[in-house]
Amino acid sequence: MNKIISALLAGIIFGVGITLSGMVDPNKVVNFLDVAGDWDPSLMFVLGGGVITTTIAYRFIFAQNKPLFAEDFHLPTLLKIDTKLLFGSALFGVGWGLIGYCPGPAVASIGFRFEEPLIVVVSMLAGILLFKVTSKA
Amino acid sequence: MENFTPYSSLAGGILLGISASILMYLNGRIAGISGIVGGILNNPSAAEKAWRAAFVVGIIGGASVYAYFFPVSIEPREHVTTALLIVGGLIVGFGTAMGGGCTSGHGVCGISRFSLRSITATMVFLVAGIATVYIVNQVIGV
Repeated sequence: MNKIISALLAGIIFGVGITLSGMVDPNKVVNFLDVAGDWDPSLMFVLGGGVITTTIAYRFIFAQNKPLFAEDFHLPTLLKIDTKLLFGSALFGVGWGLIGYCPGPAVASIGFRFEEPLIVVVSMLAGILLFKVTSKA
Repeated sequence: MENFTPYSSLAGGILLGISASILMYLNGRIAGISGIVGGILNNPSAAEKAWRAAFVVGIIGGASVYAYFFPVSIEPREHVTTALLIVGGLIVGFGTAMGGGCTSGHGVCGISRFSLRSITATMVFLVAGIATVYIVNQVIGV
């Protein structure tokens, strides 16, 4: 139960943060990526604020033996930079540039606009499943 | 740069960092949205599905309450059709599943752990996004 409540709390803060940041506006995202046009650098401040805060907090968190409500920290074990990482990230960037949505803002936007983010999130889930099915074969 | 919002964007980013820190401190998890959402479908464990679903409900609820008090206005985009949204969404889903993360997992959490994979992934999706917008705006000329 603790794990569910803490995830809910983290989610609420994420939802408020992503909406406040302006990243839920796909126009703003595209303007951030549009370095040759009317460039809006705001998203660098979103990433910067997120990275600085998390870097400082992680230092203290990883000094603990374990998380408060779990047995251990679940951290990615892969270290190699492989084709999947490069190709998958490049694909993600193409989709991001095409529609102006990455997963976080798309999910959050369901909270205040329905049609567009819902289409994106459902398609995104289909894309995730499609990868799972094709990578198994 | 008429729409430049450094303060609210920085404040929003700090909140994302606090969210990621809470999830790591309490549950020992990376706050990567693509992975968390994907796990609701793919992870066989009910306990795994439960915390992931709670996180997503929190995101939608938090955004909803915030937007209730501070309405978000978004200019409609004429060239973005439903078909484009579907294709784009599919590519985003497939790409993040293949690359093992998105803006939150690689961009915020990964860079904060000084993960070389995440730093690489972030540079790649930023460059790919910039190139895509360049092609759409400057070459095709939407």
